Amino acid sequence: MKTANFATSLLASALIALPAFAAELKIGLQDDADVLDPAQSRTFVGRIVYTAMCDKLVDVTPDLKIVPQLATAWNWSGDGKVLTMKLREGVKFHDETPLNAEAVVATIERNMTLPESRRKSELASVEKVEAAAPYEVKFTLKSPDVTLLAQLSDRAGMIVSPKAAKELGANFGSHPVCAGPFKFVERVQQDRIVLEKFGDYWNKDHIFIDKVTYLPIPDTTVRLANLRSGDLDMIERLAATDAASVKEDASLTYADVVNIGYMALYANIANGPRADNPFGKDKRLRQAFSLAIDRDALNQIVYEGTAVGGNQPFPPNSPWFSKDIPVPARDLDKAKALVKEAGFDRVPVEMQIPNNPVAAQMMQIVQSMVAEAGFDVSLKSTEFATLLSEQTAGNYQLSRSDWSGRVDPDGNIHQFITCKGGINDTKYCNPEVDKLLNEARASTDDAVRKQKYDAAAVILNDDMPIIYLGHQSWIWALHKNITGFIPSPDGMIRLAGVKKAG
Amino acid sequence: MYTYIAKRLLVAIPTLLIISVFVFSLQKLLPGDPILAMAGEERDPEVIEYLREKYRLNDPVPYQYVSWLGSVLKGDLGISLRTNQPVLELVAEKLPVTIQLAIMSMIFAFVIGVPMGILAAVKKNTVFDYLANLIALSGLSIPNFWLGIMLILLVSVKLGWLPASGYEPFFSNPLRSIETMLMPSFVLGNALAATLMRHTRSAMLSVLSADYIRTARAKGLSERSVVLEHSFRNAVLPIVTLSALLFGELLAGAVLTEQIFTIPGFGKLIVDAVFNRDYAVVQGVVLCTAIGFILMNLLADIVYVLLNPRIRAAL
Repeated sequence: MKTANFATSLLASALIALPAFAAELKIGLQDDADVLDPAQSRTFVGRIVYTAMCDKLVDVTPDLKIVPQLATAWNWSGDGKVLTMKLREGVKFHDETPLNAEAVVATIERNMTLPESRRKSELASVEKVEAAAPYEVKFTLKSPDVTLLAQLSDRAGMIVSPKAAKELGANFGSHPVCAGPFKFVERVQQDRIVLEKFGDYWNKDHIFIDKVTYLPIPDTTVRLANLRSGDLDMIERLAATDAASVKEDASLTYADVVNIGYMALYANIANGPRADNPFGKDKRLRQAFSLAIDRDALNQIVYEGTAVGGNQPFPPNSPWFSKDIPVPARDLDKAKALVKEAGFDRVPVEMQIPNNPVAAQMMQIVQSMVAEAGFDVSLKSTEFATLLSEQTAGNYQLSRSDWSGRVDPDGNIHQFITCKGGINDTKYCNPEVDKLLNEARASTDDAVRKQKYDAAAVILNDDMPIIYLGHQSWIWALHKNITGFIPSPDGMIRLAGVKKAG
Repeated sequence: MYTYIAKRLLVAIPTLLIISVFVFSLQKLLPGDPILAMAGEERDPEVIEYLREKYRLNDPVPYQYVSWLGSVLKGDLGISLRTNQPVLELVAEKLPVTIQLAIMSMIFAFVIGVPMGILAAVKKNTVFDYLANLIALSGLSIPNFWLGIMLILLVSVKLGWLPASGYEPFFSNPLRSIETMLMPSFVLGNALAATLMRHTRSAMLSVLSADYIRTARAKGLSERSVVLEHSFRNAVLPIVTLSALLFGELLAGAVLTEQIFTIPGFGKLIVDAVFNRDYAVVQGVVLCTAIGFILMNLLADIVYVLLNPRIRAAL
């Protein structure tokens, strides 16, 4: 009897103890993150890790609205040159030091002055930042820049512990200390990044996961196999070709959302001597090239229907998309006519493409589509680092690359198209477009901004320095026992509200 | 003997120097700019210039080489451009992983390849011989990545017996560590086993037809004694040399195997470093691999000398 009682009480205590079992989430990432310092980081995948580790001044919702995170409220001065933010009180960093206006000032100044900082261009409009009160920060700008708020919703707005930043300097990434829901435990390069729940997190009631391990697994097939075998709970960037099989699998959940970036072809307009060719000089040829592409077919064949066709830096479902210039359907007759009008029968074009199978497949299809309109495209496959440097150096005629996208529309267009834009690899320069995009950047009125972007879109769709092809989706696959995950067009994995059953 | 080893080590120094020059110049010839790769999507000109200065990429190439070599001699392999981690630390972190993979693969290769080679030679032109040759041929022709993915799908996804990928350090949990390495080392050992089998078979065949074996048989020795004691001991010599060469193949094979099974070893480190133009890491890893290769060859030569009394006498 005694033994039975003992066994019963043991079982009962075990059952009571069950809910206290630590919920660990294992997430398969496509790449390994680079240095884990929000000031120095440059990879997309690094941002996914920060989303769990480093809270930002503001966050974005799935419909891309800017909402409070460490800042609870903000307002712009009448001339758009001063941004004042009220901070959340009682927030602690992972090293238990308090987060206040001084800490925010220290982080922003670090982002602007650390020699290794990659955030300088994002904060270029900031003249100075100061603590107006213990929990109030004031940003004074050199010129009106409404895009600053969107920058603060990403790495530039991630506040780090001033104590840790001072101690570690440029080596902060070896042990990052932020104020997010999870704190850094360990990192083994190319193997894993481990975080654990931060007990003093300001929003801890919405965090139901105790430990998160990120595992970089570059091969999509292997990533999915790991999910299926139970070694992972969730994977990001599932290959579109695997979407159907995940949807059919009763033990998995499929999630996708059209992303805020784009896929495009950059035409060398004026970047060095290689721009000196008919395709770079005659916009009719670029228009013909674009018209010869069947964007819907590309989406169906290459992306299994998970992408959408596009002709602007924003996807057609974005509020910033100009509906007056809809995504064109393929028009071969018009394309042929334009080639003729430009005085050609056949136009040779060399296109450099990244050497991954999806891009290669896509561009081979484009190659055969445009051949019908009179373009003899030769594909030059190269790996990404080379493609990037050739594109910057102007050593290309037509180059295929993607942009991961920014929350504010300015981030998808200004630096690519304006005469002095930092990533203007086509070297397209049109003062009228510069004027429109600079005005759009300066206005705090969304209606005014929209009008400027629409006007720029009309010009760009005619000049076509960038031939937009479409917009991919971020695709995730999860085990059925993971609930509460909300797909976001910025591709981030937000863990607030995510639960793991059993 | 010691003089022999010392001489061999001295010869290794110019070899290493040539390798270092080769690796250094090869990287400079590679297209793609490491700093652009580091600068990220934004490519801020001010940051780019700062990084070029910081990593001395504005200096003339010969000067860069000499300063790199100077640091290497002081035991400093530089800093990873991608993660700011010291390269020496990375090498120390990844080396045990690849060594474990190499040892386990070699065990697989020896356990499968050598007995199969001996048996194939003894049972020459029988069904067993043909079967062993068929297996060896398949082992050589099946690509690592295909076999790896098939095994993951069958053993991990379908049967759930072994983890699909990942790594556990041996000293933190030996059992789990061996478990995670079983599939990758089988994949890697498979092709090596095939090579070993074929070489063991031909070495055994040539020994088995030698006069002294005929004499041994004539003296009435058991077949077991003839094969294992008299034949294999002599046939094993070329296999020792071959094993050192196989080590090179092992490292090349590890590059792909580590990618498939996501093992954070040398192979994965160098692939990622090349793609990210992380020069310091590429240089460090190639240099360490070259040292490893030279040491393995030296070891094989020493073992060869120890096993073969005739050569020992000639030294």
